[in-house]
Amino acid sequence: MPNAETAIQLDRVSRQYSMGGATIQAVNDLSLSIARNEFLALLGSSGSGKSTLLNLIAGLDRPTSGSIMAQGQNLAELTSIELARYRCNTIGMIFQSFNLLPRMTLEENIELPLRLAEVDRGERPGRVREALERVRLTHRLGHRPTELSGGEQQRVAIARALVNRPKILLADEPTGNLDSATGEAILSLLRDVQRQLGMTIVMVTHERPLAERYADRLAIMGDGKLLSASEAGNEGAQ
Amino acid sequence: MKPRDLADLAFRNLREAILRNALTTLGVAVGVASLVAMLSLGVGLQELASKRLSQSGLFDTIFVAPKNNFRGMGRPQREVQSDTPPRTLDEDARKEMEKLPNVIEVYPQVRFFTEVRFNNKPFATVVAGMPESSRNSGSFDGMQGNFFSSPTANEAILQIEFAKDLSEKPASLLGQDLALRYAERQALPANDDSSTPSGEPSGGFSVVPKELRLKIVGIVETEPAAGYGGYGNARLLMPLSTASTLRAAQVNDLRDIVRDNTANKTTYPSLSVRAKSPSQVEELETSIKAMGFAAFSLLDASKSLRTFFSVFDLLLGIFGSLALAVATLGIVNTLVMAILERRREIGVLKALGAADSDVQQLFFVEAGVMGLFGGLFGVLFGWLLGRAITFGTNVYLKRQNLNPIELSSVPWWLVIVAIVFAILVSLAAGLYPASRAAKLNPVDALRYE
Repeated sequence: MPNAETAIQLDRVSRQYSMGGATIQAVNDLSLSIARNEFLALLGSSGSGKSTLLNLIAGLDRPTSGSIMAQGQNLAELTSIELARYRCNTIGMIFQSFNLLPRMTLEENIELPLRLAEVDRGERPGRVREALERVRLTHRLGHRPTELSGGEQQRVAIARALVNRPKILLADEPTGNLDSATGEAILSLLRDVQRQLGMTIVMVTHERPLAERYADRLAIMGDGKLLSASEAGNEGAQ
Repeated sequence: MKPRDLADLAFRNLREAILRNALTTLGVAVGVASLVAMLSLGVGLQELASKRLSQSGLFDTIFVAPKNNFRGMGRPQREVQSDTPPRTLDEDARKEMEKLPNVIEVYPQVRFFTEVRFNNKPFATVVAGMPESSRNSGSFDGMQGNFFSSPTANEAILQIEFAKDLSEKPASLLGQDLALRYAERQALPANDDSSTPSGEPSGGFSVVPKELRLKIVGIVETEPAAGYGGYGNARLLMPLSTASTLRAAQVNDLRDIVRDNTANKTTYPSLSVRAKSPSQVEELETSIKAMGFAAFSLLDASKSLRTFFSVFDLLLGIFGSLALAVATLGIVNTLVMAILERRREIGVLKALGAADSDVQQLFFVEAGVMGLFGGLFGVLFGWLLGRAITFGTNVYLKRQNLNPIELSSVPWWLVIVAIVFAILVSLAAGLYPASRAAKLNPVDALRYE
């Protein structure tokens, strides 16, 4: 039930795609409640619909039916401009392939959400620095993403996601392109940030052991449905 | 996004694919250049023609005659304004016309056929008096020698062909004297000896041969306002005041006597009214007609000339625009390519909170910037092209022993119009790519590797 402690409330959410005449149920009648300051790991095999679910929460996609409440906003009621503002101010996103813009320096990459949020120019350098400090990368401000290791790039991506001080951080396979040690460092960083800033994190991942170690709760998806949701460390149904 | 951030990102994007965007911009520049070159040629030719025409003095002058005196000019007169009674063209009428607004000068035509002696050889020619105002009309700009030193000087300006008749080296004539032989009217002492010296007693006059020495001060190609009076081109020009004091017998004198002009004061067969500019001619012509005279100007001819040049400019503009149209396709192509290339970037921008309109504006600004630079360089190229054409033409003219001309002209309005046009056309070209980029589904764009 949605209450003040709920960050995200999914209610009977479905998302269908039609692909070459066939209809694909990417998310099928799924309900899920995610509490504030919760670190939820979304597990499942490929094609189970977990990335689609993440995009729906991010407001990048709209459900075919059902409703999504995030930070008190009903996403279905938002216009596309309001949805863009929601993505800008309420949501931070990180990706498996980092998605930093290769032609911009780290500073410029991190500044991008500030430009979109129309933050004053004078305020920006401080905000960028603050975000970089949080991911411990202040010395590489003027570098380009390609000059960095994968782990460093992901940390820049996290800084970019945090710079607008979002309430919800969505992570799509953030460790998928990293070796296990670096992956662990990233998850550790995410958990630190979450604790310090009081954020809700929804992370899609394949790596159950890591998820169990860092997430508060695991939700397992299959065929667009929620198979189980359990406290981390507990054995969930496969 | 704020305009400054939008511009920042647009410039950054343009810089990243610098070669492609520079080539596209160059395409726009070439298009604008051809447009500017074509139009500048059109404008230049028009200015050239109207300058020649205004120098001829035909278009700012109204030819005034008494109503009943204006027939037989080879033009059927439509006597529509017959509500005003015909008046005599006398000194009062002249003063009245001088008081009309925008009139520079009202002067009579002094033009007579006579004989000139030079080196003891006779030459027959038509002499015309030139009003002082013709000094600044530009008619004598290209002349050899100088204009009359004063409005009453005993000086002459020769038409070049006449000068060639007098001497094989026309330039050597400057400073030499010639003798003007003319017939002076002398009033017959029929009624009263004390009649005003300028008055023509109705009894008539006698004609006495006289001679006047004139110093040749200049040589000009053609007589300004030639052929207006209908008595043929003058080949010897002298100051109007000097010519008037000669009281030389004129062609219409006999006619006036035959018509028994009983008014005991000066009448003019015709007067020329010079307006400040051709645009005021029409209004003046109406006022003069309302005074009861026949008035005639060549305004109609200049109107059709202007129509001709409008059509001419339009055609040149259409040809010039073709290159610009091709250039717009270049912009569309470049931006559509950029969408494919920046698909993922657009997805990231949207994921970070860019609205569709932000993405659309970004592409729009990029198109506009290409248009702006294309326009700027295009105007420059077009101007250079016009200079080159003028230069080439003048080299040719020089070989033909003709005076150089200013063939192309780039007025400031053409510069502004060309740049604004380039930007507008580029923005129009950016419409489709921008809306396509804006509609890009971020989920698909992010999945795209």
